Amino acid sequence: MTVRRLLFLPVVAFLVLFYGYPLCAIFLHSLLPEGRWDPTGIARLFTSPVYARLLWFTTWQALLSTALTLLVALPGAYVFSRYRFLAKGLWQALLTVPFVLPTVVAAASFSALLGAGGPINTLIMAWFDLKRPPLAADQGLAVLLLAHVFYNYSLVLRLVGSYWSGLDPRIREAAATLGASPWQIFLRITLPLLLPAIAAAALLVFVFCFTSFGIVLILGGPGYATLEVEIYRQAIHLFNLPMAAALSLLQLTINFLLMWLQARLGAGKQLAFFTDTARDGDVPAAGWRAKAAIVATLLFITALLIAPLAALLAASLQGEGGPTLAYYRGLFSGGSDALFFVAPATAITNSLGFALATTVVALCLGLAAARHLAAKDGAGSAWWDALLMLPLATSAVSLGFGYIIALNRPPLDLRDSLAMVVIAHSLLAFPFVMRCILPALRRIPPSLGEAAATLGASPGTVFREIELPLIRRAILVGAIFAFAISMGEFGASSFVTRPHTATIPVAIYRYLSLPGEMNYGQAMAMSSLLLLFTCAALLVLARAAGKRGETRR
Amino acid sequence: MTPIRSWPALLALLLLPFSTPAAADGPTLTVMSHDSFDISRHLVEKFESTHKATLRFVKSGDAGTALVQAILAKDKPLADVFFGVDNTYLSRALNADIFLPYPSPLLATFPATLRLDPQHRLLPVSYGDVCLNIDRAWFRNKGITPPADLADIVKPAYKGLTVVENPATSSPGLAFLLATIGRFGENGYLSFWKGLRDNDVKVANGWKDAYYGHFTAASKGDRPIVVSYASSPAAAVHYAKEPLREAPTAAVGGDRGSFRQIEFIGILKGTRQPELARAFVDFMLDVPVQEDIPLRMWVFPANPGASLPEVMRRHAVIPERPAEVAPEAIEKHRQQWLEAWTDAVLR
Repeated sequence: MTVRRLLFLPVVAFLVLFYGYPLCAIFLHSLLPEGRWDPTGIARLFTSPVYARLLWFTTWQALLSTALTLLVALPGAYVFSRYRFLAKGLWQALLTVPFVLPTVVAAASFSALLGAGGPINTLIMAWFDLKRPPLAADQGLAVLLLAHVFYNYSLVLRLVGSYWSGLDPRIREAAATLGASPWQIFLRITLPLLLPAIAAAALLVFVFCFTSFGIVLILGGPGYATLEVEIYRQAIHLFNLPMAAALSLLQLTINFLLMWLQARLGAGKQLAFFTDTARDGDVPAAGWRAKAAIVATLLFITALLIAPLAALLAASLQGEGGPTLAYYRGLFSGGSDALFFVAPATAITNSLGFALATTVVALCLGLAAARHLAAKDGAGSAWWDALLMLPLATSAVSLGFGYIIALNRPPLDLRDSLAMVVIAHSLLAFPFVMRCILPALRRIPPSLGEAAATLGASPGTVFREIELPLIRRAILVGAIFAFAISMGEFGASSFVTRPHTATIPVAIYRYLSLPGEMNYGQAMAMSSLLLLFTCAALLVLARAAGKRGETRR
Repeated sequence: MTPIRSWPALLALLLLPFSTPAAADGPTLTVMSHDSFDISRHLVEKFESTHKATLRFVKSGDAGTALVQAILAKDKPLADVFFGVDNTYLSRALNADIFLPYPSPLLATFPATLRLDPQHRLLPVSYGDVCLNIDRAWFRNKGITPPADLADIVKPAYKGLTVVENPATSSPGLAFLLATIGRFGENGYLSFWKGLRDNDVKVANGWKDAYYGHFTAASKGDRPIVVSYASSPAAAVHYAKEPLREAPTAAVGGDRGSFRQIEFIGILKGTRQPELARAFVDFMLDVPVQEDIPLRMWVFPANPGASLPEVMRRHAVIPERPAEVAPEAIEKHRQQWLEAWTDAVLR
């Protein structure tokens, strides 16, 4: 118990230093300039109807996106947790890849696929002999929602899936023996047991969509804006820091209340149980129904996730005059005298380095936080639970500016240090890790550890021998998303870029900021490298974790 | 497959991004800039060897974000020199009082239209003109005469052909809005934009999305007219896969049909290396760097003594008479203009 609390201290210290303190500093600086309260900057918040509309749109699009993602991803979670099939590991890695895709690149592949000259429109026009493309789907609410599903599908599938495969099949078998229909078993047994994982996944998706920035800007188009977009606009374009701070606080408050409510409602509702982890849950598909379910899921994933990725790969190999390798040759030819030219190998090494560092830091913090929360219960736990999730719901500009004014003295002058990139990525990633691990930890019956302790096991041994094997799968999912968050992140990485430190997303943006076929082609080639290396890294990570689990048994 | 065994290698990989190249002797000058900044390595090395100093470059997000950071860091500056304040942010930067005056001797030959700060706290380095670009092949194939002037694009012949950037979220978007304000006046620009809306204009939130998402010459989009830079056609030639004889796109300048974005450099108050900082400013204004700027950042050198590279001479145009809006007016009316634009075009 005390060890657990001791391990939680670094988490608190990390949060206070790199989150609470800078954020408070920028809010005070903005709202109380020179110590005086000056409401002129934020007066419009109460007088203009614009902000109420903004808040309303931000909320309902996030709710709708979350509902849609759950709707399409839960069947997938079932199939992936239940059945074993060909190249399952590869499918899992592939469907996580969209998570790292920079928004402009995702937008480019969407419009390559759905735009006026894209294959789908061309096909429909040829079939029905139409003059004009029937889909004008390169912007708008439908594309915005589609993109949110595209980005968050794997999150729900993997978080819920990993939890699902840990449910004891004997409960289902017992119910079936007693005469329950499959539908009854699902509604009365499986769903209630799954609820903690579904709630955790839904919460993450909601926060993500609520604070959505690039997706709304590019794919929503100019008619749509979220609070996050407005915070950026107020801070940078209008230099109205008080308004930016007020909106930022509003965003935090709403998310905090929601998270607290979720934690409160979920508290004490969870059933403790455990399964024999030696049995990995999934079985080869038997019967036509199972096979049809697998085929349908894989087809859906191919249409939603793989097709845009394939369109991207195709764009990197396709010039105006036919297939070409010129873009890859251009990337690797190097030789540029430009100071900020970054060789692909350097960008890849930088990205992998930041991502691995982030994964390690986020795993340590997330695990410590989850263990602390799992041991507590009731009101205090709900507060902490919501508090620890806040970094995810925080406006990036606000926090970034907080660093500038708060962390400006040695030994903590981190303003243009590269450690800031890892710290920022870890702040985003560790609530993820915590959310992934917490449901798995909470379902371990306390009696298990108590029994081991009675038999003389030290707390360390109990953790290593009992807890760790039971939450191995959840830790892996957390690690994968921590890694992916860092690989794809652009904002914090571009906040401090030095000539030799550009990551892959930074390099992609650099190419896309100049006109010319080679720039576009090389951006697509660089994006394809990002996809390939992320996919490979995820496969290695999954394999390594899998091996570890096996040797323990 | 075994779990990664070589922990030292992994650790090395982890630490790689944090390692800094071995620092040379002598003082270090930190230069803060934005995403689009670039310069040739050999020039940097030459400066370093001449002044026995190390140059340290830090990019801090886009132009607006970098400036706000510099302002917030006023008490403890992040750098010695800041490059990349443009004339739309000039007033904000000067009001924040973060720059030291430096009347560089090199400024004497610079055109007066570029020297916007009489106290020389911010010195012009480069400029670029935001204007319409057209897809030449598209207009040729359709047999339609391309627009020759900004005012043309509200004509029925060009219905549904234009994509612009949202001025509320994009810096070329804002520059283009300013061009229309300079051209049609504060009383006339909104009716131009209403005409454009009725002519089915498409609004993208950023340049990347407009150019690479909707412009026919660079994407699978359906808009042959885009808001971009007067230098874009030259860049399109320079970065073509196969050598081109003619630019695939053309800039539409016209009389007061563009807005000139001027980029400035300044020495940050609180620098510990004022001498070196002044030397660096001179270095940026002098001919070698000025001749390097066009192919690194695709803008025009402010120094009239710098000659342009071949590709720029042949394929880029410098509009003779850009539309003018004073920096003070921009800072003062920005929000009001943006809101009026949003009401007229998006609602």
